[in-house]
Amino acid sequence: MTWVNAVVQGIMLGGLYALFACGLSLMFGVMKVINLAHGDLAIVAGYVALGVVAITHVPTVWSFVLVVPIFAALGYVMQRTLLQASLNRGVLTTLLVTFGLSVVIENALQQFLSANSRSLNIGSLVSDSFSIGSHLTIAYLDLVILLVAAAVLLGLQYFLSSSRSGRTIRAVADDREAAQLSGIDYRHVFGIAAAIAFGTVALAGLAFGMYTQFDPTTGSSQLLLYAFEAVVIGGLGSLWGTLAGGILLGVAQQIGAQYHAADQILAGQLMFLIILVLRPQGITSRRELA
Amino acid sequence: MTGTEMTGTEMTGTGMDGTSGSASLLTVAGLSVHHCQLQALRDVSLEVPAGHVHAMIGANGAGKSTLLRTIAGLHQPTAGTVRLDGKDITGLRPERRVAAGIALVPEGRRLFPSLSVEENLLVGATSRRNGQWNLEAIYDLFGWMRDRRQQRAAQLSGGEQQAVAIGRALASNPRVLLLDELSLGLAPVVVRQIYALLPQLAASGMTILLVEQDVSQALAVASYVHCLLEGRVTLAGPPAALTGAQIEAAYFGVAAGGNGRSAPPGTSETAAPDADQPPGART
Repeated sequence: MTWVNAVVQGIMLGGLYALFACGLSLMFGVMKVINLAHGDLAIVAGYVALGVVAITHVPTVWSFVLVVPIFAALGYVMQRTLLQASLNRGVLTTLLVTFGLSVVIENALQQFLSANSRSLNIGSLVSDSFSIGSHLTIAYLDLVILLVAAAVLLGLQYFLSSSRSGRTIRAVADDREAAQLSGIDYRHVFGIAAAIAFGTVALAGLAFGMYTQFDPTTGSSQLLLYAFEAVVIGGLGSLWGTLAGGILLGVAQQIGAQYHAADQILAGQLMFLIILVLRPQGITSRRELA
Repeated sequence: MTGTEMTGTEMTGTGMDGTSGSASLLTVAGLSVHHCQLQALRDVSLEVPAGHVHAMIGANGAGKSTLLRTIAGLHQPTAGTVRLDGKDITGLRPERRVAAGIALVPEGRRLFPSLSVEENLLVGATSRRNGQWNLEAIYDLFGWMRDRRQQRAAQLSGGEQQAVAIGRALASNPRVLLLDELSLGLAPVVVRQIYALLPQLAASGMTILLVEQDVSQALAVASYVHCLLEGRVTLAGPPAALTGAQIEAAYFGVAAGGNGRSAPPGTSETAAPDADQPPGART
């Protein structure tokens, strides 16, 4: 039963990873931007939530109502300014700029907010759980995070495939120049995609902060890596693949942890390497965005 | 030899009020375009009156596509102006030009491969210009499209993709339709079908400027032909007024009655048929 438990816990952890990864996947799919500051943004969202809660005294669980729109707006503005400017100068420039952004964010957080670990305090919610049978215990928080992740990915998939804006985003992702010739301002579309990506990564950052502890280096040392792995395992540009990739990664980590707590990360990386060797195009092979 | 068609009414003034008396809808004046060090267009001028079909012919690398792409706003000229109905649009971004009424069917079709046929057409209607070309009208024009509107564009044959590309451009209800190498990679029978549409479009008041390597096709459909050679207009006139020797000379840049080089492609043969081109292939 402990193995069943590990798999169930892994699936729920995987939902969190998928939530981290979908913004990364979207920005790569639409703008071909590999955002190396993606993990750090999640951590910033955690700190912003701490600030929002301190100032407005809203319950921590509801901080996303403010933080997600703030990050969506930040995403749009950053895309239209810094990232667009770097895109105009080439792909490598974008990589360097987001890498620099990651370094700046991490060091600024350490400078001004100390290197101490923090977490988003949601009181007893963090440990409330229910049992199925005698061995399987599921924390409400973990389940909620998984459901939120599934809802976000489902919603994003529906938005991209069925809405007018989603169609425009897919058109730009397919062929930017042809989209311009169809009357689309691709820079605005890039901004919308970045807003969605930043909003989802903020949500993921809040979930992570409630789930466990974070410090200024968590973003680049863990989250970015997991998000990347989830995207690559799932197959670039496929949201369903990203969800599957996140869940596979989570399950591998939890099974590894079942052997020995120190093996959690190792097991995830091994699974990632095995997928890379056996199926480098990812477990879903569709190339298009939606 | 300027390559400029002189229309009867000489226009003065800027025409910013949109009520200019010029018969020319699309006016290109003194256009020069550079790709880095390379000059692709040198002082090109032309005027296309409303409802007319004009063709640009010329060899590979003569600057034909560059001209269309510059009119569509994808390249910024180093000198010269592009005017639509007297209004200077040289500084407008491509998507603003679509809204102003210029649509380009790009070389290689450039459909959105992961989108369905209908989605491609809907994206073409992004600028929401009013006009006769809604989905129904486009489906009426290309009968097969209605039944296959849910199919992905990547799954279509080359000729079908070209039809969707034209439909996508029509969906923006353009005043000026720019067509870049419609016949490229298509079987001759498909090319004939597509070219048969153009008189119909022109009759509806649409102004068409097309680029074509297949000279015979261009001469057959256009009321006026411009020949480009190394970025310059070397010949211009109505097809009936141009002799084969003149065209040959302008096309290859050799003296008229030249040295026995073969006729321009298309006068004796057509482009290689390739109806079974892999979906989504771009040339």
